[in-house]
Amino acid sequence: MVLIYIDQDQQEIKKASFEAISYGAALAKQLGTTAEALLLGTVKDNLTDLGKWGAIKVHQVNNTALNSFDAKINSTVIAEAAKMLGATVLIFAHNLNGRAVAPAVAVKLGAGIVTGACALPKTDAGFVVTKTVFSGKAFASIQIDTAVKVISINQNSFGAVMSDGNATVSDLALTVPASTLKITSVNKIEGEVPLTEASLVVSGGRGLKGPEHWGVLLDLAKALGASTACSRPVSDADWRPHHEHVGQTGIQIAPNLYIAIGISGAIQHLAGVNRSKTIVVINKDSEAPFFKAADYGVVGDAFEVVPALTAAILKSKSNA
Amino acid sequence: MKILVCISKTPDTTTKIAFTEGNTKLDENGVQWIINPYDEWYSLVKAIELKEKDAAVTIHLITVGGADTEPIIRKALALGGDEAIRVNNNSNDSFVVAQEIAAIAKEGAYDLVLTGKETIDYNSASIGSMLCALLDQNFISAAVKLDINGNSLHVVREIDGGEETCELNLPAIISCQKGMAEQRIPNMRGIMAARTKPLKVTEASVSSATTHIKNFELPPAKSGVKLVDPANMDELVRLLKEEAKVI
Repeated sequence: MVLIYIDQDQQEIKKASFEAISYGAALAKQLGTTAEALLLGTVKDNLTDLGKWGAIKVHQVNNTALNSFDAKINSTVIAEAAKMLGATVLIFAHNLNGRAVAPAVAVKLGAGIVTGACALPKTDAGFVVTKTVFSGKAFASIQIDTAVKVISINQNSFGAVMSDGNATVSDLALTVPASTLKITSVNKIEGEVPLTEASLVVSGGRGLKGPEHWGVLLDLAKALGASTACSRPVSDADWRPHHEHVGQTGIQIAPNLYIAIGISGAIQHLAGVNRSKTIVVINKDSEAPFFKAADYGVVGDAFEVVPALTAAILKSKSNA
Repeated sequence: MKILVCISKTPDTTTKIAFTEGNTKLDENGVQWIINPYDEWYSLVKAIELKEKDAAVTIHLITVGGADTEPIIRKALALGGDEAIRVNNNSNDSFVVAQEIAAIAKEGAYDLVLTGKETIDYNSASIGSMLCALLDQNFISAAVKLDINGNSLHVVREIDGGEETCELNLPAIISCQKGMAEQRIPNMRGIMAARTKPLKVTEASVSSATTHIKNFELPPAKSGVKLVDPANMDELVRLLKEEAKVI
């Protein structure tokens, strides 16, 4: 059985978990087994709806103590549940919580693990998982040699596939050890889609010349319904908040569309965005290295091109 | 307080990646090796800052790898740290590496183990979490801030779309990222002192890998950028809608 870990944050299921279920369901089909989900704690979401993403059952460890995340406790409970249910493959989203627990679960189960997978495993001979390595500059195919296997999948690498279906929900009685850490505060950026979950991202660099010029970028993001990001020099200069910094040392993202405005495309920046499906680069310097990594490029002044693009998007939306 | 800082050797960020031996090995020709930036800039420098505040802190560095990792360890010792341990194991299986580190961590009874949030070569982001299971200690991942007061820790970690603050006691394992500390450059005194700091080598004790790399592959070359006339943004919108199908 393929068991998918459902990650929650303040009693809401994370978007990345839907994709993990779809991935687990496709893998279960390939292996001729079932895809079942595991939720720790309680959520506001309707759990039978997880069937829409491909889970036939949801096992819930119904204990509100599990609503705050604790890597040690969560990994212990997940490993116990996996043993009790006889899971052979465990799937996690490679988001922040997934990264914190999946390797610990693998250790507790004596399982081989591949983190950051970007495709379904090849299971015709052995069990081989492809993942991104060298910060997106290459792929590695890794064989897992243990009976139980753990995979965490890169966000936006597989896609959440929705269809009909209801999952049955059942309680899983497990002893939950007491946590010895206390979460004292949670600061979420209100009203914004987290960058790691965004499917459209508009990002600005030094080419925009100063924080007072961000309006054109924000207008474009608003027209698209996109999240906003920036390059490292921009966040270092405090033109934009640090949580917007994407790149090697900032956040690594893989949206469907990444629009880079006035960013030259240093290798450290590319390492954070090169898994994006489509990259659009707007830069007045036709020699900017970013054009080599782009799908579409516009050589021109951002202060003219960006408002024109915003207008074209709004026009196309009103025609739709 | 005893701190163990995990150090990994990785190719420099700007390395052009290529493979040899039928795409089974990294082509090390012309590769410049560095301390994994997350290990160096954030976890090692954080440990040094803690020692600067409290002279009773000892810092030990650990790396799991062959003799070719020693220049990296010496560089780390030049930044700070009292002594280093190298476990002579060339495995690239995270499970094996974590078990080697756990054995040293248990033996040395460290109060705090610091790792980078991931290495920039295999990007597995696994060692801290594995140590959590192997040492049965609390683990905070992707930490951006750490304050220590006696036995109690105050840590801020990144969560999707924000930050979370938690309080816990030593011993603990923390994986570090941007925000933890600022990059430093070793000074001449540090480089001289590093030459004589102890670097202990212990033989590998774990051999049973759970995974192995079959081969590497480079991403397909981009077919080349399609340039759009800046005066024709309707065309770009059409391409994004109809060709790329992303909006």
